[in-house]
Amino acid sequence: MKERAEKTSPSLSRRRFLQVASALGLAHLLTGSEQAQNTPNLPQNPQFKAPGQTRHLPRVQAAYTFFTLPEARFVEAAVSRLIPADDLGPGALETGVAYFIDQQLQGKFGLAATWYMQGPWQQGTPEQGYQHPFNPQELYRLCIPAIDMHAEESKGQVFADLSVSAQDDLLAALEGEKLEISPLPQFFLSTFWQILYDNTMQGFFADPVYGGNDQKAGWRLVGFPGVAAAYRGVMEAYYGRPYQVEPVSLADLQAGAALADESGHAIHRDLATGEILSVHPESFKHEH
Amino acid sequence: MSTKLEKVDAVVIGVGWTGGILAKELTQAGLKVVGLERGRYRQTDPDFQPPHIHDELRYHVRYDLMQNLSRETLSFRNHQEQTALPYRVLGSFLPGEGLGGAGVHWNGVCWRFLPYDFEIRSQTLARYGERKIPDDMSLQDWGLTYDELEPYFDQFEYTCGISGQAGNLQGETVAEGNPFEGPRQRPYPTPPLTPSYANLRFRQATASLGYHPFMQPAANLSEVYTNPDGITQGACVYCGYCQRFGCESYAKPSALTTVLPVAMASGLFDLRTHCNVIRINVNSSGNKAVSVTYIDAQGQECTQAADIICLNSYVLNNCKLMLVSGIGKPYQPASGTGVVGKNYCYQASTGATVYFEDEIFNTFMGAGALGVSLDDFNGDNFDHSNLDFIHGGNIANYSTGAGPVRSRPVPPNTPKWGSAWKQNLAHYYNRSWSFSTQGSVMPYRSNYLDLDPTYKDVYGLPLLRMTFDWGPNELAMTEFMAQILEGIAKELGADKYSISKLTKHYSIVPYQSTHNTGGTIMGADPNSSVVNPFLQSWDVDNLFIVGAGNFPHNSGYNPTGTVGALAYRAADAIVNNYLAQPGPLY
Repeated sequence: MKERAEKTSPSLSRRRFLQVASALGLAHLLTGSEQAQNTPNLPQNPQFKAPGQTRHLPRVQAAYTFFTLPEARFVEAAVSRLIPADDLGPGALETGVAYFIDQQLQGKFGLAATWYMQGPWQQGTPEQGYQHPFNPQELYRLCIPAIDMHAEESKGQVFADLSVSAQDDLLAALEGEKLEISPLPQFFLSTFWQILYDNTMQGFFADPVYGGNDQKAGWRLVGFPGVAAAYRGVMEAYYGRPYQVEPVSLADLQAGAALADESGHAIHRDLATGEILSVHPESFKHEH
Repeated sequence: MSTKLEKVDAVVIGVGWTGGILAKELTQAGLKVVGLERGRYRQTDPDFQPPHIHDELRYHVRYDLMQNLSRETLSFRNHQEQTALPYRVLGSFLPGEGLGGAGVHWNGVCWRFLPYDFEIRSQTLARYGERKIPDDMSLQDWGLTYDELEPYFDQFEYTCGISGQAGNLQGETVAEGNPFEGPRQRPYPTPPLTPSYANLRFRQATASLGYHPFMQPAANLSEVYTNPDGITQGACVYCGYCQRFGCESYAKPSALTTVLPVAMASGLFDLRTHCNVIRINVNSSGNKAVSVTYIDAQGQECTQAADIICLNSYVLNNCKLMLVSGIGKPYQPASGTGVVGKNYCYQASTGATVYFEDEIFNTFMGAGALGVSLDDFNGDNFDHSNLDFIHGGNIANYSTGAGPVRSRPVPPNTPKWGSAWKQNLAHYYNRSWSFSTQGSVMPYRSNYLDLDPTYKDVYGLPLLRMTFDWGPNELAMTEFMAQILEGIAKELGADKYSISKLTKHYSIVPYQSTHNTGGTIMGADPNSSVVNPFLQSWDVDNLFIVGAGNFPHNSGYNPTGTVGALAYRAADAIVNNYLAQPGPLY
């Protein structure tokens, strides 16, 4: 304790701890000299440094932890029609989007953790937005069996077992608010469609760390480089011509599988030649 | 049981841009200041560092830096006959939360409002006569002029290091700048950013139409800059992650990277995060604020006494705290009397998206404020004699960075899913971009803020209630603007384009803009404003309220530059006038 107290310049990690603890109102637990040090001290100059690498991230074995098996079959079938595999490359099914949705539902999105969910409840105008106590978990859990029930009773099979053209027809009806499933109000189905659609797009294009966009297939489809590089000086060199690089993900950088410059920005490689395309610009280096 | 805390010189409620500016200026004047911030502690390093800050899902879609609505939101309706219902899911606007406030995740577009804005009522009457202002439009002058505010615009711009090209230097028009801007005493601190390819195309097309495009002022710095306080900012790397993200490069000025380091180094600033103010307490005669009551991180109620209280949280919460504290007369829409909650305004935008078969734009590169703008149709820069509206809006093309979670442009009449959609997206993702109008919103008697009679926040306080719809001015103005946008799309030679217009009624569902304004408006008359031209409460002279809530109407610009200037003006008034002689300044 004594040795710590005599330090005049606390370590970065100590400073961070003191700031956060103090911010949380725990200053009374700190020693007198720690309290003296805990005046927050935001850095006054940019201090760039090579980011430290974290090294022991596991390769996760994926499994559905929210969906029941019938729900998983429905979602796999639906996302594979929304973003199908075709000549342009894999679709949502092949890239893990159903698993992405399962994991999103299992977390704070599924529980509507940051939505205002206090009553009283009443339906408003369309301009007033979502006014229902069901969170996304409950919407999936309610609407999937409703649509399967409808498919089974009208077509003899649940959604996942229908032909792809019958699946497309059913999704188009859902999108166009033409699907009627008594006694479910249309409102639930239209809300479910919007969330399913948004979640599918998010899964296909979000960083692969969330379970979708496997092999960065969504990014490759559109030519998006993923985690940003420093494009200063590069942007004007590519006016009007494509900047085509091997996309870089959060995991690539955290695990050191992709190169980063001294500020932590990705260093891109040309997709065709493997040549390094962007480097941290000279103008950005300066004395501290 | 409320823990009573020893009196300090000043309390700042909310530690974002305005709170940070006041904290810096007051501590430099030797005052002991307590800063109360409801959100968490954070700083550029490590909180905003790559790679984790470049996560579109976490920050852009799941709003990691925004207000948690489960704790507090507001209720909304279009008009008084409806029952207001809670804003349950973030959509139309995104209030921030945490140290540095929404200034941490802004795009960095930094304007000065036009001279016309500050004298909008007088100038409109002088040029067009009484009939131009409808009876139900509560249009007011601001109680100060552009020239009076100019030194404070300058102070804010030089604190940040804004990158831009002056268009009016001390009355002289400067080539490449904005010829419509008010006169500025000196150039921008740093040169304009390098344009994107889309910016170049937009500039060329609008110039050939006879308009006056220019590189717009940006708080994404074009080069390393050391400000008058000795604080160094980094240079923008055009990474394309500004809006809804923090900046890893210290290149997008916020309170965290400019004013707060100075306040903190003074040793006079006591920052308390996770502290949510629930009330401003006034004395028995109601003319002095004595303390603020807040709930701290441990859930304990505390009362902090202070000589000066600065209310600097977001527009909406500033108005709510005034109402729950019973300070100032609440606005009554039936009679048009009262002031707190009056003249709530917003931003009325129209947009165009253009699609090219043979041109590539690399739209994922960019910066939040990297754009080319024109002001030919903003303010009163064009003749409104034969038009059925006043004001207008800035028109701009921004290259903010178009990641595919955020931005998936496909031409009109393209399917939204399936193989045909996929093919269109793969083709057009990098061959498409947008430009838009930042449209003004005029105040109407029926658009206002008050307290909800039913819904409560996590502290048991009533939610703020917003009653708002587009007025005839917004609908007519945006129709006019849509025609201008269409003309630009044609001049660009776009193979396809789409134009989006205002819906008949304002909807709180789709994202539009976090430029909420009004509710604690400024003016020269206590019967029609909440604060005087020094941002001092008319009723409680040791209470200063600063933010876009002070705007009596909203201009056709992003608000932050004007908000920063007002904060510096309030600080100057406190330090150089109020301290010597506490009392009403106007």
